[in-house]
Amino acid sequence: MDNNKPYIKVENLKKYFSTKRGLLHAVDDVSFEIKRGETLGLVGESGCGKSTLGRCLIRLLDSTSGKVLLQNPEGEGYTDVTKVSAREMKELRKRVQIVFQDPYSCLNPRLSVWELIAEPLIVNSIYDDKAAMRKRIRELMDTVGLAERLENSYPHELDGGRRQRIGIARSLALNPEFIVLDEPVSALDVCIQAQVLNLLNSLQKEFNYTYVFISHNLSVVRHVSDRIAVMYLGQIVELSEYKELFANPLHPYTQALLSAIPVAKLDVQRERIILEGDVPSPIEPPDACRFAGRCRYAQEVCHHGTPPLTEFAPGHFVACHFAGKLD
Amino acid sequence: MNDTEKIVPELTKRKRRGPFMEVLYRLAKSPLAMFGLAIIALLVFCAIFAEVIAPYSPIKQDLMHMFETPSAEHWLGTDEFGRDILSRLIYGARVSLQVGFIAVGIALVTGGMLGAVSGYYSGWLDNSIMRVMDVLLSIPQTLLAIAIVAALGPSLMNLMIAVGISAVPTYARIVRGSVLSIRSMEFIEAARAVGSSDLRIILKHILPNSMAPIIVQSTLGVASAILNAAGLSFIGLGIQPPNPEWGAMLSGGRQYIRDYPHMTLYPGLAIMLTILALNFLGDGLRDALDPKLKR
Repeated sequence: MDNNKPYIKVENLKKYFSTKRGLLHAVDDVSFEIKRGETLGLVGESGCGKSTLGRCLIRLLDSTSGKVLLQNPEGEGYTDVTKVSAREMKELRKRVQIVFQDPYSCLNPRLSVWELIAEPLIVNSIYDDKAAMRKRIRELMDTVGLAERLENSYPHELDGGRRQRIGIARSLALNPEFIVLDEPVSALDVCIQAQVLNLLNSLQKEFNYTYVFISHNLSVVRHVSDRIAVMYLGQIVELSEYKELFANPLHPYTQALLSAIPVAKLDVQRERIILEGDVPSPIEPPDACRFAGRCRYAQEVCHHGTPPLTEFAPGHFVACHFAGKLD
Repeated sequence: MNDTEKIVPELTKRKRRGPFMEVLYRLAKSPLAMFGLAIIALLVFCAIFAEVIAPYSPIKQDLMHMFETPSAEHWLGTDEFGRDILSRLIYGARVSLQVGFIAVGIALVTGGMLGAVSGYYSGWLDNSIMRVMDVLLSIPQTLLAIAIVAALGPSLMNLMIAVGISAVPTYARIVRGSVLSIRSMEFIEAARAVGSSDLRIILKHILPNSMAPIIVQSTLGVASAILNAAGLSFIGLGIQPPNPEWGAMLSGGRQYIRDYPHMTLYPGLAIMLTILALNFLGDGLRDALDPKLKR
């Protein structure tokens, strides 16, 4: 497969929800590309549309407009996920999967571990032969590190980490290529977080999965991502390779975000950038830089027209009129 | 995975049973539920083998032995035509159980389907179904049943249809409510993400999780269906005399209640016992179907 071509191309993706007070711009004109086998970290605060974006990518939500182009299995051409018919989508579901945030609510409490992991296989009629399916389920449980003795247990009997492993096993069952990880560790405690992150990392190495890793936790994202996209109020404000982003943040929002990461060194004093005010409402936002109201560098031009996401340095995109001109 | 799991892999592994056996196994652990099940089994047995068990004919009049209190010949006494009350109760179980279960069955299947579709798809479909249900709900249940029987003509089948249809809106509402609350759960989205069809999601994920209120309502519903049918029989639209039916016996004995209370006591007890047993069984089933509650 040609590795130079992007695996996923997202073009001007928009997702609006209609509410009583007007259109809520959850995802507003987002474009980016992901290469095969890469992990794109998607960070932003609660309500900035990162989960909605993740769900639009695999069409758990129908997007309002824009394209999500997924490379065809042969590597020739692309399929627009947002346009395919229900039947084609059922086939596509085998290639794109999701791991959910909350391992407590994403598993049907009435199904045993075995039934939960078998579901994707049964629904898609992967195996005619029961023994083959049994072998596959055992293999999946082994892959994600679930002991065989747990197969007849119910989710409520297990801890959060094991439940999340069930969720991961379910999404791996169909041998996908692309997995959206929607805050897969934010509901887990720290030592289990590390286990699950290592598991996801080793799975990626073994099977060459492409990940979109959604999180609000910068240190987690830094640990797993190749590139990081920072979202603010439905838009990507900065997108860059992870080292570059941490070393040289260009957008004032990213700078504020990074300054909030605690540093575990006594002699390092970092200047905290405290943002004023609240996130403005995503309902019918004005055509201006979404961050202008809270930005300490905001000028007149920031309140007229949305700054486009432009390539400031090779591979480093930013949506700010004054990128590079800030101290 | 930690080390203890590797060392003692078989120690805490759960036994694997079929879903039916699993429920039965859990049900057997509840004495009240087993008591309920025993009573229901006894009643069903009586209904099926009424000819063999009943000591007398349920409709044969014996005017020499009217209004007799319980004795060795007539264990539960006789009624105003000298008919044996025990025999009438045994034969009456046929009608009453049939009416109770089949009417609730009709209501549950129709109401359940409407409610599930309505709750799952929402939007205009939900609105139109639920407004029709509201119209039905605005008519008193008994009155609605009377209207339906009057239109179809009195017979056992029509009685069951009438009682069943008049209970449909209740079930539709309950099922819709639970479906709505389950539908927004994340595991429904998870099921969709692996490619489950709508039908599978409704049958495998939504309905099993919204079982509890439905089971409780159905067991209570059997009781009210028996009483409803009794009411209809009382005004001559249900079971025609001299055929025995618990509700009809109850209302028949009403005018003699001061002098011969046994005539109303025993049919009343029969209805009460059935309902009690059904409630015990229903509660037990609800708990047995929920893996969270018991091992």
